[in-house]
Amino acid sequence: MNRVAICAVAQIKNEPDIWYQRFQGMVLECFESIVRQTGVTFDMEQGIRNVVTCSDDVFDARTISDNAVTDVVGAHFRGEEKVAQDGLNALGYAAAAILSGHDDLILVMGHCKESQSESRLMNTNLAFDPFYCRPLGLDFLTAAALQARAYMRKAKLTEHHLAQVVMHARANGARNPYARDNPPVTETDVLTSPLLADPIRQLHAYPVTDWAAGMLLCCEERVHEFTEKPVWLTGFGSCMDSYFLGDRDLTGNFALKRAARRAYSMADIADPSTAFDLVELNDAYAYQLPLWAEGTGLTPEGSGGAWIESGLDRVNRSGGMLNGNPIMLGGLARALECALQLRGEAGERQVDGARRALAHGTTGAAGQHHAVLILER
Amino acid sequence: MHPNFDLSDCYTIQGKLALPYTYFAGSVGSIFLTTLRDRRKIMGIKCHTCGKVFVPPRQTCERCLEDIRDQWVELGDTGTLENFTVVRYADRHLPRRPPFVLGLIRLDGADTPLLHLVAGVVVDRVAEGLRVRAVFAAQPENTILGIDHFQPL
Ligand SMILES: [Zn+2]
Repeated sequence: MNRVAICAVAQIKNEPDIWYQRFQGMVLECFESIVRQTGVTFDMEQGIRNVVTCSDDVFDARTISDNAVTDVVGAHFRGEEKVAQDGLNALGYAAAAILSGHDDLILVMGHCKESQSESRLMNTNLAFDPFYCRPLGLDFLTAAALQARAYMRKAKLTEHHLAQVVMHARANGARNPYARDNPPVTETDVLTSPLLADPIRQLHAYPVTDWAAGMLLCCEERVHEFTEKPVWLTGFGSCMDSYFLGDRDLTGNFALKRAARRAYSMADIADPSTAFDLVELNDAYAYQLPLWAEGTGLTPEGSGGAWIESGLDRVNRSGGMLNGNPIMLGGLARALECALQLRGEAGERQVDGARRALAHGTTGAAGQHHAVLILER
Repeated sequence: MHPNFDLSDCYTIQGKLALPYTYFAGSVGSIFLTTLRDRRKIMGIKCHTCGKVFVPPRQTCERCLEDIRDQWVELGDTGTLENFTVVRYADRHLPRRPPFVLGLIRLDGADTPLLHLVAGVVVDRVAEGLRVRAVFAAQPENTILGIDHFQPL
């Protein structure tokens, strides 16, 4: 069977407000870095003929948001497809395009500038239908708060557990030069942080962030042309849960379990709890880190609290989404960290000898959609 | 990151997306919303295969894939608060000033909890298991706000 690898990754630093640069400029920096790293061209025989972009119309305030970036991602005069879900799905599309034989090389580029709109929450309110949910003001924070309350009760998760997750994110973020610069926090800071939507406090929520990133994916035959250190994508799965919160078991990880099972079977993984040298979970809110750990089978259902107590050593070395990545790109950021780790390029936060990693992404309210990607060196 | 260029001539402009829409509520949704508005009744739809009663209503059972669009059942206007959050921030998309309560209410006769506002109770006294009753809107409303809020029995 054909195989597909990440040949290069590029990113700008996660920042609270890149007001002085258009998102096109943010993406262009990543694009130029990938060209420099790999020498890839836009020759129609040997170069990039297809690009997958990831962006969101409402965050960009223009429909067909990919129209705004095609020239700066090299998609001019060639194939381009847009993913308007978490960027991990863009990697899924790109991998499928290569494994199917549609193309040899795919460039994946994502951007999101959360700081552009007055309110990120108002923005996510628009994700809901205008009849039953939007008029009530539901947004991704309040949806998460409902999930957080149900999950904390089920897993006996305490405020101390959540504080530990936040401190872990900040400590790891501080060792990642591309992570958002956040002040270090003490347990007391987290425990006394203002409540936004009970039980979620301000420090339990990911901060508003601007970011862009890119990756070059290639088929096995040609991988040597672009890198000495390919990172193989060996499993991918995704699953969409019900739309209405009341239709879902908010603590049961239905969609994540299915997405993970699909990815594990593709990558021949029997026991996820011992299979990975590092995992990157898309924790937009602190309670989600243990919840997603249960859904990916890293720890048994309902044991998220004990899992946090066990140390989180090889979890979210990047700082995680909780330290600051924009919505849309949380999963892409997780995969990017896994790729750096597997290439041995993660600096101070390097997991020595890392061979296999899991990256996870979510789209929608309270993890309606999940994607899981397995990466190997 | 600091920009590597002079910012003195850089500026930002203010803008806004504001576009009026007309949404069709769907043939099933129209019945639900007009019944709520005109008869002050909350209707659910029952799947006869698995027995599940859905609200908001829908055309197909997601598990059995049965067409259930005509299988209306009248639900009570009372129910039990199963989960909630106290919203403590202000924003333009929110229907109330903070603090207010957004909850998942399992109406008597329904299987899927319905999202709605809970009022008429001190926010710090709200707890799961609270029995609540729908308070219908004084003026006709064409959305789920045909119920103004739920309040304790
Ligand atoms: Zn059914």
